[in-house]
Amino acid sequence: MKSRRYLMPLFSFALAALFALPSSAQAPVAPDEKIRQLSGQILELIRRDAALQAGDMRRVAGFVEQVVMPHVNFERMTATAVGRGWRQASPDQQQQLMAEFRLLLIRTYSGALSAVNDLQVRMRPMRGNPGDDEVVVRTEIVPGRGEPVQVDYRMERAGNDWRIVDVNVMGIWLVETYRSQFAQEVSARGIDGLIRSLSERNRQAAQPTRG
Amino acid sequence: MSLPTVAAGFATRPHTGVRLRPTARVAAFAVAIAATLSGCATVSPTPAAVDDDPDPMALRAARIDPFEPFNRRMHAFNEQADMLVLRPVAVGYSRYVPELLRFLAGNFVSHLYDPYIGLNNLLQGKPGAAASDAARFVLNTTIGFLGVSDPATEMGFPKHNEDFGQTLGVWGFGPGPYVVLPLLGPSNLRDGFGRAAEAYSGLVVGSDNDRFMATTKALDLVQTRAALLPADRLLRDALDRYLLIRDSYLQRRRSLVHDGDPPPEE
Repeated sequence: MKSRRYLMPLFSFALAALFALPSSAQAPVAPDEKIRQLSGQILELIRRDAALQAGDMRRVAGFVEQVVMPHVNFERMTATAVGRGWRQASPDQQQQLMAEFRLLLIRTYSGALSAVNDLQVRMRPMRGNPGDDEVVVRTEIVPGRGEPVQVDYRMERAGNDWRIVDVNVMGIWLVETYRSQFAQEVSARGIDGLIRSLSERNRQAAQPTRG
Repeated sequence: MSLPTVAAGFATRPHTGVRLRPTARVAAFAVAIAATLSGCATVSPTPAAVDDDPDPMALRAARIDPFEPFNRRMHAFNEQADMLVLRPVAVGYSRYVPELLRFLAGNFVSHLYDPYIGLNNLLQGKPGAAASDAARFVLNTTIGFLGVSDPATEMGFPKHNEDFGQTLGVWGFGPGPYVVLPLLGPSNLRDGFGRAAEAYSGLVVGSDNDRFMATTKALDLVQTRAALLPADRLLRDALDRYLLIRDSYLQRRRSLVHDGDPPPEE
């Protein structure tokens, strides 16, 4: 019950984690080790950046673009969210879907970056074997006051490195929560209909509102 | 599931003609639920034939949410009720009640559920967790000043999240169809039974004092809603709030049944 208070901050944190992985690692790295290092660094980055904490959209978008995207297979995330409509989409439509989906995620979760201050990350035993091409790295976010909250990352092997393809907060996979909504839009109005809905929503809320 | 099964389940009590003791009533109810849900659990999943024609998401929706039209009406009704009553109360509560007081009240309400959580851990075959809940309850009742403070967590007895719906899940009952309950919000058949059994047995806060119980329930409701206020932003950005809530709820409950570690979906 109490932990619900941390829902938004944690979603934001998970997304920030997703978006804030440093791009330096080249040596083979274990997926859980990658998450462990990065979670700490991300928290540090956000703590030091007042504009990020304030949810400044341009700042957050820039941060995401530079630091994060190299470590996320965002194409796969979008493809999974869109479902079978993805294969019918032209390359151009796919690019638009990715851009709008990214903006939607940033907008939805950038608002609560201020709440990360007293959060700490605790690793949980990883599920999967060293040889797997896809693993789930499990962590727990411990707020200053209240109960720890489960945050997991699904990661796929990318050569020597690993990339995040989904995030789970309190048992809920991020991409999964968009699949039904996107599928409904695609079956009612087609791929262009989905792109239009997303972009309308993104423009609509372009003016800053505090939620 | 068949309607006669449900009817038979519910008919058990009135037809016996004797006043059952509370424990016996719970047991009878549990049996009725078991009889009913075992019918539901056998609802066959959609054949996995990966045909090109049928939309897999539509098939999935038909399987998990056959009452969607009804559920959507209920969802719309609940949103109105939330907008007109619950949300304003929750906003007022978080604006005018000092944070410390809200924190203590939250602890107090949460504490009252611990025996019930322990009982469910026991029913799920987790005696260690149940013992921890019992210790937690005793510690917080005494040195935690009737539960307003929570020293037990610091002492290694963490809060657990269990309820009878989860216990039914552990016993092997599937979730059944998704159901939006009036005022209570998202649920599924299994969790609906769980809630009904809870309400019926009066176990949750463990008091015979109706006024105390009503006050506690109301406080719990307002607290929970107030805690969810920041998530309104998440809902505002949804393409379809109904679907977002449905899919989140079903995933969350599945995860809880498996204590945060569900097996991969089939």
